[in-house]
Amino acid sequence: MSTIAMGHAGAEAAPAEKKGLWSWITTVDHKRIGILYGVTAFLFFLLGGLEALLIRWQLGAPDKTFLSPEAYNQLFTMHGTTMIFLGVMPLSAMFFNYFIPLLIGARDVAFPRLNAYSYWVFLFGGLVLNSSFLFNAAPDMGWFAYANLTSKQFSPGLNVDFWIIGLQILGIASLAAAVNFFVTIINLRAPGMKMMRMPMFVWMSLITQVLLLLAFPIITVALVLLMLDRSFGTHFFVPSGGGDPVLWQHLFWLFGHPEVYILILPAFGVVSEILPVFSRKPLFGYAAMVFSGCFIAFLGFGVWSHHMFSTGMGPMADTVFSLGTMLIAIPTGVKIFNWIGTVWGGSIQYKTPMYFALGFVAMFIIGGLSGVMHASPPADLQQTDSYFIVAHFHYVLFGGSIFALTAGAYYWFPKMTGRMLSESLGKVHFWLMFLGFNLTFAPMHILGLNGMPRRVYTYSAGMGFEFWNAVETAGSLILGFSFLIFIWNILKSLKSGEVATADPWHGATLEWSIPSPPQEWNFAVEPTVDGRDPLWELRRARGGTLPEPARVSGKGIHLPSPSYWPIVTAFGTALTLVGFLMHVTLWVILLGVAITMLGIFSWAFEPADH
Amino acid sequence: MALRLPSLRRVVRWVPALCFTLAVLALAGCAPDGYPQTTLAPKADFAELLDQVFRRSFQLATIVFFLVEGVLIWALFRYRGKPGDAEPAQTHGNAMLEVVWTVIPAVILVFIAIPTIQTIFKTAEVPTDNPLVIEVTGHQWWWEFRYPEYNLVTAGDMHVPTGRTVDLRMTTGDVVHSFWTPQLAGKRDVFPGRDNRLWFRTETAGVYPGQCAEFCGTQHARMAFQVVAQDSAAFVAWREGLAAVSAPVAAPAPADSAAATAVDPLVAQGQQLFAAKACVGCHAVTAVGAPTMVGPNLAGVGSRTTIASGWLPNTDENLTRWLKNPQAVKVGVLMPNLGLTDEETTALVAYLRSLSVVPAPGAVAMTAAGN
Amino acid sequence: MAHDTAHALHPPTATGLDTRKLAIWTFIGSECLFFATLISNYLVYKGESLVGPLPHETSQCMLHGQMTTCEPIFEIPLVTFGTAVLLFSSFFVVLALNGAQQGNRKKLIGWLSATVVCGLFFIGMQVYEFYHFYHKGLGYTTNLFGSSFYTLTGFHGTHVTLGVIWLATMLVLAIRGKVPPEKSLNLEIAALYWHFVDVVWIVIFPVVYLMR
Repeated sequence: MSTIAMGHAGAEAAPAEKKGLWSWITTVDHKRIGILYGVTAFLFFLLGGLEALLIRWQLGAPDKTFLSPEAYNQLFTMHGTTMIFLGVMPLSAMFFNYFIPLLIGARDVAFPRLNAYSYWVFLFGGLVLNSSFLFNAAPDMGWFAYANLTSKQFSPGLNVDFWIIGLQILGIASLAAAVNFFVTIINLRAPGMKMMRMPMFVWMSLITQVLLLLAFPIITVALVLLMLDRSFGTHFFVPSGGGDPVLWQHLFWLFGHPEVYILILPAFGVVSEILPVFSRKPLFGYAAMVFSGCFIAFLGFGVWSHHMFSTGMGPMADTVFSLGTMLIAIPTGVKIFNWIGTVWGGSIQYKTPMYFALGFVAMFIIGGLSGVMHASPPADLQQTDSYFIVAHFHYVLFGGSIFALTAGAYYWFPKMTGRMLSESLGKVHFWLMFLGFNLTFAPMHILGLNGMPRRVYTYSAGMGFEFWNAVETAGSLILGFSFLIFIWNILKSLKSGEVATADPWHGATLEWSIPSPPQEWNFAVEPTVDGRDPLWELRRARGGTLPEPARVSGKGIHLPSPSYWPIVTAFGTALTLVGFLMHVTLWVILLGVAITMLGIFSWAFEPADH
Repeated sequence: MALRLPSLRRVVRWVPALCFTLAVLALAGCAPDGYPQTTLAPKADFAELLDQVFRRSFQLATIVFFLVEGVLIWALFRYRGKPGDAEPAQTHGNAMLEVVWTVIPAVILVFIAIPTIQTIFKTAEVPTDNPLVIEVTGHQWWWEFRYPEYNLVTAGDMHVPTGRTVDLRMTTGDVVHSFWTPQLAGKRDVFPGRDNRLWFRTETAGVYPGQCAEFCGTQHARMAFQVVAQDSAAFVAWREGLAAVSAPVAAPAPADSAAATAVDPLVAQGQQLFAAKACVGCHAVTAVGAPTMVGPNLAGVGSRTTIASGWLPNTDENLTRWLKNPQAVKVGVLMPNLGLTDEETTALVAYLRSLSVVPAPGAVAMTAAGN
Repeated sequence: MAHDTAHALHPPTATGLDTRKLAIWTFIGSECLFFATLISNYLVYKGESLVGPLPHETSQCMLHGQMTTCEPIFEIPLVTFGTAVLLFSSFFVVLALNGAQQGNRKKLIGWLSATVVCGLFFIGMQVYEFYHFYHKGLGYTTNLFGSSFYTLTGFHGTHVTLGVIWLATMLVLAIRGKVPPEKSLNLEIAALYWHFVDVVWIVIFPVVYLMR
């Protein structure tokens, strides 16, 4: 029998919340850091969306001059980079931060101050990357930055340097966070929560951390080599000195393909939490879901060259990477079928989170199927670098990740804020987003197959691309508008939304056993679990209803103290790398290193307790 | 498992018919008419091979799509909860089902993998049927084509004979590009210092647009070209015409010859300007044995389909705009603004127009008028 | 060092492993990929240099502004000795840890000092080697061999340096009596990192210096 403290008797008045800017700057509470991640990432996401709308406006009609070629190239590069590194990844990190400890019954992550450090480094990285706009030197060579276009000879400006340094800073944040969450999940599970009892979101998060730990070092090294080429005159990717631009492609996709799963696996996890709750039955095929996730991640490291079929690798390499890629369709299919198995025979509650989760399943199927098509090199030789690919990965990343993360936002908003999001606005949001999304991205399949290449700032009249591009632009406006409704919903609900109970959805997992929003220590009494859906088991044992958990004083609960050393150390880290950006300015680098060392030492010797 | 079999059976009856109808509709939605650069209407053997694999996977994917989405949507209606519903049966999984839905996709994939592998090896073969070798070089942002067999070089328009395999040896003069003529072949990237290969053979004469498919800098979008496929007689006339093109007034013709009277003073003025205004520093005007220069070879430019790398129709008006201020037409292009007067531009246009590939005497006027 | 963990909340962790120990193992796992990528980069460009000097072969190279014939650059005996010193330091840190766990301060301080001295010797050897190679004509950008060699070994050297700083900090703490047996885990974590740095060198040494 699970022991989960509910309706704590003799509850005392909760102490006043810590308030003010300083409390946010020095916070080490995983929930606050989660909110910081969420707000920051959402703002970056909106910026990336704005970039997308400008791109779409330019492409709405042939031969438009709304954007100059240079501006367009900066915008599409920054759109991709922003959405991946500053949008989807940190939005996932919001859920990692806020919910991994809650889902596994812990009071915080393993290293609260390291967690704060990750956030601040991420913030500084995002700011450095976007500050390039102020210097009119935003990265303009695509998020993949293929050599040798990135060499000093062909990209003399600071554009590429901003990209390198921005990504390096962000990579440090990702790696620090990955160590933290990996250890948290392995070591801080509540008593009784065996690995095979963890909520699916936690499992998918765990796999994501492993991918981060193994993939980010590769791009870090690749970026270092590129920086050395540009700033110190080496020739790693410069043909005139014997370097090979194709090596960059290998290194980039060795990182880049696992990165795709870093973006989608958390989404799989979110949906796997939501579908059971709103179908009122457990996740179908739990073990199959776990193993298919592991299998996808494992294969994800062996298929990078399917991004490079058009480079002419030879028939053997093409065959091997093609078959490997097709294999990934199998565990992915297993996941989709198990999601359908979850809703099958259920009693589906059509709440907004369920709308988005089901939208995810429906759209992800399309992205998966088009993916199988270009797993075949002959088909890919026509499809690669065409709008067909743009359609494919938007069905996976938007139809997949963004739909799922939005589902997660509607699902967990009550827990995070204590307020429900409006259901009616939520459904308007869903239908507009669904419509806008499909109008924007479905026609890209047609355009791609009919010869429209990617990354073009315009196209000529007479190529036949006019009609569908106009439709896509109209769709993108609807899509953009749907997010205005989302923002309105958030602001309105924060102010006057229905007050959320601890468990508004009749959830199955531990976060619903504590007040909304949770108190600083999460669990007044450490829970123990003996099943996969601990709260459902408890509810059954208690005859169907659970008392509302009370807020308690938390006297005697040990919590880590706030600290400003994480932000200091993060600043030092970012400054060191900015020194490299500024044409290798030695004093800036040394100052950065000094601040970082000061931060680390002060951090290490700072008393952790009050 | 709460499998409601009777209702499922009812569904199964109309699923195949529906799938077929929708697959046809989906293909119709992608109909290639009106798309000169389409991948769906292959006009050469290489593109045909790719298209067959695509069609196989597209058909299978369409069937899977309608089946899976159909089952999903059906379940969403069938199992919608009503207030007061009892807790549904708490199923946790079904090992048999897991095996089934692992094996079925694997089998489907085999049907894609087999033609895939066959085609990979077929397209990797080196043509041995006396192919016409063309050396393709990508430049920021134009394409250069060399015909070692004829010691010719041209740019923008790649002329190929129908009925003879074309064997492309491809590289780049600067950054990575990708050569793509969707109706004839798939993409092949070009790398500095590498010799990448691609081949195709078309039986259908026509003009096939293509463009660079790998992002290569500011004007990636405007790095197009045309493949002009001609029957062998027309092709021979073209290459002989190209070889014959050189500066028309370079060698003074006999005073009484027809050619001399044909020489327009404006053309002569243009030719002088071409040398005086540093055009010659970047552009060659003879096609035979000319070295690669910074700008495209201009022999035959007068009769090319397009200028400024395959996207601007080769009209006098466009040529004038281009010469007066290349940067205004194509930002970032290497060609500088030479500050030409209107008069100078007119003369240069006339001269460039005179650099036409003339298949037969008397066609000069026709070509010029045609443009 | 302070406990930056919430593990006081979960006295026994879910696995029984100490949280910080698990973290350093996780970090080391990630570090393996850094070195794997750099070693791959070195191997990919092995033999691809357009000019000398080269590691094992006589070559044409530019020295003092003129092309001359360069001798092979590597001097195996010196680096073999450095490797041995680094390996011994791994052994010494185990003895130091043993001393810390036993509460034997003399043993702790003695062996930890020896470890730090070995680390410093290795850094010194590398600095000498780089200086020497540079004067034999192998600049950082001279050829692909130089660039990939200096990048890989320099990256490792940076790790050794950070390890020495970490161990030296532990040494200062030990001298001040701040590494009692119950805090020996702090030293153990530093030692794990130090072992990793050594093990990586065991891969780099044969791949870079011995393999032809």
